[in-house]
Amino acid sequence: MLPIKSKWIALLGALSALSATCAPAQMLINGAGATFPFPIYSKWFNEYAKVDPSVRFNYQSIGSGGGQKQILSETVDFGASDGPMSDDNLAKAPRTLWHFPTVAGADVITYNIPGDAKLKIDGATIAGIFLGKIVKWNDPAIAGQNPDLKLPDADIVVVHRSDGSGTTYIFTDYLSNVSADWKAKVGKGTSVSWPTGIGGKGNEGVSGQVKQVPGSIGYVELVYAKQNKLPYADVKNSSGNYVTPSIESVTEALAAADIPADFRFSMVNPPGATAYPIAGTTWLLVYAEQKDHAKGEKLVQFLKWAYSDGEKLAPALDYAPLPDALIKRALEKVQSIKY
Amino acid sequence: MSTAPTPSYVMPAPGSRGPDIAFKWVAMFAAAMIVVLIVMVGWELYYGSRLAIAKFGAGFLWSSEWDPVLERFGALPFIFGTLVSSLIALLIAVPLGVATALFLTELAPLKMRQPIIIAIEMLAAVPSVIFGLWGIFVLIPWLRDSLFVWLKRFLGFLPLFQGPIYGLSMLAAGIIIAIMILPIVTSISREILRSVPNLQREAAYALGATRWEVLKIAVLSYARRGLFGAAVLGLGRALGETMAVTMVIGNRPQISASLFAPGYTLASVVANEFTEATTDLYQSALFEIGLVLFAVAILVNAAAQVMLKSMSGSGPVKVN
Repeated sequence: MLPIKSKWIALLGALSALSATCAPAQMLINGAGATFPFPIYSKWFNEYAKVDPSVRFNYQSIGSGGGQKQILSETVDFGASDGPMSDDNLAKAPRTLWHFPTVAGADVITYNIPGDAKLKIDGATIAGIFLGKIVKWNDPAIAGQNPDLKLPDADIVVVHRSDGSGTTYIFTDYLSNVSADWKAKVGKGTSVSWPTGIGGKGNEGVSGQVKQVPGSIGYVELVYAKQNKLPYADVKNSSGNYVTPSIESVTEALAAADIPADFRFSMVNPPGATAYPIAGTTWLLVYAEQKDHAKGEKLVQFLKWAYSDGEKLAPALDYAPLPDALIKRALEKVQSIKY
Repeated sequence: MSTAPTPSYVMPAPGSRGPDIAFKWVAMFAAAMIVVLIVMVGWELYYGSRLAIAKFGAGFLWSSEWDPVLERFGALPFIFGTLVSSLIALLIAVPLGVATALFLTELAPLKMRQPIIIAIEMLAAVPSVIFGLWGIFVLIPWLRDSLFVWLKRFLGFLPLFQGPIYGLSMLAAGIIIAIMILPIVTSISREILRSVPNLQREAAYALGATRWEVLKIAVLSYARRGLFGAAVLGLGRALGETMAVTMVIGNRPQISASLFAPGYTLASVVANEFTEATTDLYQSALFEIGLVLFAVAILVNAAAQVMLKSMSGSGPVKVN
């Protein structure tokens, strides 16, 4: 028996020696949270590994709720969230916790009506449809905005996200902004109590349903709609123009939005003439004072890189980069992180 | 007499009962761990949901409101959806599973059995999310355009088959779950039927029974308790099915008589909303949903045990 045992011990010893030699002197910075920016963050961390090989980022896209919880309990070095933290949650932070906007995205209205129709729609009508008040496609509210379309006398089937998501947050934030009725009856959140319609899980659940059911309407991320070639509507912005959602019109919306010093803002329905109104940003959550000097230093270096080189990678992945003015403000705040 | 030959199978030398005792403890530990695990899961769920329990009390169980914005939560539509979708699944999967098992043990030519068994076991290996995607892109369009339309035309007088057809529905969820629990129901039924002694069948044949009569009086009624047990195990699976169900049920917290209407299950709402639940009360309410699911599963299983006890024993055949 003994020889086998000693072999095992030798093997274990060898393994531990191996893992010790394999592990380089590399620092690991952990983050967790939002799912919407996960593709761009992965890209950033990959690219950044080439810039600074001495640090490795590990990001778990567990959702904004989990991201906020984990940064509050300091089990991660940075958090990420698709919605700004509430005052209540922010008050639970042991030290000052800062929001850093990274990239922006938009929600598009996708639909299934006969013909290759390009729908035009305004906020009040979208709210009416999702409140269950506008129930037919040939309703004057829709037909009035689309005089050149021949809209069917068909029921509108509303499809929304069933899983809690930043996409829903942006959409309901927009509807609360443009419709007092929506604000009073439903409100905004990552999940809400929908007055009507059916829930699809994820972008694929919503778009699958919209693609298949004639007369349906739903909202998905711009990224997803573009990559899957879904039809999407031009939405009327606060300047009265119908704007096609695109990376440019989202960055335009960001530039036009009124952004407070703490970066907790909603960019829905901003004033710009060419701004697409249903857009939102996503945030990294970082403590103003870093406990670990070395990690803090690396994290700040990374943020600086993200705001310069990182932003340039965004359009290729269908995310809207931040406008220059906002990047400048964010960089100033990054400089004042203490470590 | 005094020189009795020592038997060759001598008792082990004293002191070597060590392995025996060790084995007993290891086995006992393993069994105890299951109980400990269940108790700990229950405790953890209770602990996580104490905020919601304090706030909503027992009203949580019969409130139909689910509003994360105003933080008003109730579990009734989810309990309803879980029970109804599981029931639909059982109604489809048990007859199919038992029939398949009967075919495999009693009727199928020997050469055919193994391929079918492998096919059924492959079904069990398909991940839940694949069933869900298949549901969205293949099953749902067919249900919406064919089966549901047909049901509405011929059985539309029943409240079960009325209302608008979206595709995503309670019935679609039931059908998906049925497919997913079919392997376990079939496999267990097959084992049960295989364990029916041949003596049973021979006796029935000796009485001049036809093949069908043999199956009915000698096999099925003998195996009744076991088959019921197979259904209960299937039900356990059905109650907890999450991902595929979420993708096809329509996720609408409502109680509707129509099976064409969308519904929602306990497991689905937790899977959907837990990751983005940012407030304590919201998260606590989702924990309580988990606790309710845990309780529903225990109650349903307990009820099944009681029914099992009241069923006629698996001993001598009772001819109806």
